[in-house]
Amino acid sequence: MRTGLAKTLEFADEQLLRRAPLPRSYTNYLGRKLFLFLLTVQGLGAFALITLGVMLKKFRVAPNVMKPLVRREIFRAGMGLLPMFMFVAVALGFLVIGETVSTLARFGAINYIGTVMVVVVVRELGPLLAAFLVLARVGTANVIELGTARATGEVEALETLGIDPVHYLIVPRVIGMAAGVFSLTVYLIIGALASGYLCAFLQDVPLTPGDYFKQLADSLGWLDFALLALKTVAFGFFIAIVTCYHGLAQPLRLDDVSRVAVRAVTQGIVVCVLIDALFIVLYLVA
Amino acid sequence: MSENPTIPVIEMRGAEVCSMRDNGLAVIEDVSWTVAPGEFWVVAGQEQSGKSDLMMMAAGLMTPAKGSYRLFGIETQNFSESELADRLRVGFVFENGQLFNRLTIAENVALPLQYHKDLSLGAAEEKARALLELMGLTPLADITPANVGLSWLKRAALARALILQPELLLLDNPLNGLGAHHAKWWLQFLDQLWRGHEHFGGKPMTIAATAEDLRVWKSDARRFAVLREKKFSLLGSWNEVASQDDTIVMQLMEVSQGTTMLRKE
Repeated sequence: MRTGLAKTLEFADEQLLRRAPLPRSYTNYLGRKLFLFLLTVQGLGAFALITLGVMLKKFRVAPNVMKPLVRREIFRAGMGLLPMFMFVAVALGFLVIGETVSTLARFGAINYIGTVMVVVVVRELGPLLAAFLVLARVGTANVIELGTARATGEVEALETLGIDPVHYLIVPRVIGMAAGVFSLTVYLIIGALASGYLCAFLQDVPLTPGDYFKQLADSLGWLDFALLALKTVAFGFFIAIVTCYHGLAQPLRLDDVSRVAVRAVTQGIVVCVLIDALFIVLYLVA
Repeated sequence: MSENPTIPVIEMRGAEVCSMRDNGLAVIEDVSWTVAPGEFWVVAGQEQSGKSDLMMMAAGLMTPAKGSYRLFGIETQNFSESELADRLRVGFVFENGQLFNRLTIAENVALPLQYHKDLSLGAAEEKARALLELMGLTPLADITPANVGLSWLKRAALARALILQPELLLLDNPLNGLGAHHAKWWLQFLDQLWRGHEHFGGKPMTIAATAEDLRVWKSDARRFAVLREKKFSLLGSWNEVASQDDTIVMQLMEVSQGTTMLRKE
């Protein structure tokens, strides 16, 4: 009969299902997977709502503790990843965008470069790639850190000190990841577009920098900026929720941590793709 | 939040304690235990007898599966954010310390002050370092827990539990794994806390600890209970413990190597 967070989020049924022997028939297997999926969705939804509730309710609680933690997480999920993102941006620009620009030029479709870049880089590739990289670099570390803290009793220690584990451990990570994915996506897009042009320039594509950036600017609307911000913040928020949920919300032993990390990364990728699909629908409708 | 001497600090009635790891597993049944302000209790039990789960329930981390539990007169079933001030009247020391690995020892001890009193890190650490000095932990203040031995970790965990000056101190098997020197220090320091340590304003503290070896806790001033076969049995004073012919109590009275050394000193 646990109290507080742990009581709300311990899904004994899910544990039972995971440990159950393999089913005999294919339909049983599918049914079990479906139940597991629904339990995970329920758990993630509950965890997201609890986190949002704590963020709002304890916005002004212990600023002397929380501000440095939030700064640390923003650095970890943002500034700290900037060198890697610059490398990826240049690689993306040279390998993909430069190639696309020169191919379009070869077919005389140079007037479509702006539209193609906005659709490929700004709307899709940039945000999704940034989200995957943050998930891989910071999300995995989140699961391992929180899973170890859970397994070694640090979460119970916080509770005995009257410190809400969601407030102390989760809220800074959620804010850090949301801010980190948004900022890194912007840098990734700018870096990729610039290095893409550089690549095209080196291949003697007849396109001046002025024309290139004018095409980009003409293809970008306010909706692109608004949805880009919303989408990247949503990516960051849900990556943090999925990884923190798997690290913190269930009782773990130390040997469970690696297994849970793999599951969290897989679910993080699925969640990002689903959010991306939702935003494609929004683009089409708007 | 002044202490009312008529209200028991801990009051369990027919409480069923479940395992912290498995909520469906009852580890101790029908616990009826009352701890009055200013008492010093030692609850003994063998390994896996549910000592840690009992202490965690006593700290309000779990509610009883059956029966009732009142902490400072408040039903723990109803414990919520609004009762936070009452929760802070309890200090808890885990068997292995359970310090936060990312923080130094000083930061670990300062964290509750920083969080609840909204002090800056510098101001909170100043108070934490004064307590660390009192407990002989100054040389370890800037070291992370991973680099500190268990005996010192437990002492640091005690400092963290004491920093908010609790009225009730719960200790889960505090002497387990300690050498004779550390065990002696703990017994003396806990005795000072119970009588009222000047660092904490001289106010007597209510203490409840679990143990696997009863004899080191021998004192006429302390009260004893034992966990056996999922039951919580009150033994009373040391004289009543010594007169028991129960097998488990006798096993808990057997002399272990570390405690023999302690008594020889």
